[in-house]
Amino acid sequence: MTDEHPPLIHAERSRRAVRILAIRRLLIEKDVVTTDELDDIIVRARARTPADGAKVVARAWLDRAFRERLLGDARTAVADLGYQLSHDAELAVVENTVDVHHLVVCTLCSCYPTSLLGPPPDWYKSFAYRQRAVVEPRAVLREFGLELADDVRVRVVDSTADVRYLVLPRRPAGSEGLGEDALAQLVTRDSMIGVAEARSRDRV
Amino acid sequence: MPAVHDRGGLPTDEPIDRSDHQWEDWEHVTNALVGMLRRRGLINVDELRRGIEAMVPAEYESSGYYGRWSASIETLLVEKGILTEAEIDAVAAEMDSEWG
Repeated sequence: MTDEHPPLIHAERSRRAVRILAIRRLLIEKDVVTTDELDDIIVRARARTPADGAKVVARAWLDRAFRERLLGDARTAVADLGYQLSHDAELAVVENTVDVHHLVVCTLCSCYPTSLLGPPPDWYKSFAYRQRAVVEPRAVLREFGLELADDVRVRVVDSTADVRYLVLPRRPAGSEGLGEDALAQLVTRDSMIGVAEARSRDRV
Repeated sequence: MPAVHDRGGLPTDEPIDRSDHQWEDWEHVTNALVGMLRRRGLINVDELRRGIEAMVPAEYESSGYYGRWSASIETLLVEKGILTEAEIDAVAAEMDSEWG
């Protein structure tokens, strides 16, 4: 990604794409930013996955004291595992139980715990999800293939620039005896947003 | 009437499209520029958000996610006197002609 070969793949060149690339060129010329640092951020952003979030969940399933700390003060708890949140917003972890299922949305924009989950999926940023999740969460969950029993309470939590939510999904039945790495394999991105449950062991 | 960014509860029958698009390079650049400008202390997240929320509703709705970020970055850099619209216009026109 250099100035000699302008980064415009996928052909569709929108006005906004051209404007931001012009801004990039100007900021480099004025020494406000450097290509090396920009490229470094791009490489690191591309490498981010939900794997860190999955490890946090797996630890919480195994370690009761950690789970309590995670639910009480998530920033400090994940820091103990070596994960520093790159955002100023607080992280709040909400626990799914037999009685309550949590679903995370950001109605105002797309606030998301990227430090632990990587970039959000497109649907999380879509108007349809942002608009519908708070008024018809069960219908939304059904679209994702999750049918909850009538007696399970659905609690929708709305992330903001100040608080970002992560769901601690229920530990799947049949996962007894698994170690932390194996458990982490059961934890999907969608289960940490709340549109799915963690995978059962036989579906890994 | 809520502001355009306040989407919660706005009626729609639209199903949720679960397909993910591959980020185009300009989207990566937009994301990285926000990261760097934050690191330099030149913009913060609340300013970025304010720039997005100040968009003309029709533009907000048609811009797409990183299009909105891109618009806000431009607004903030011009407001802060780091770049001018005229400079951006000139380089954008140059790029348009370079790339045909």
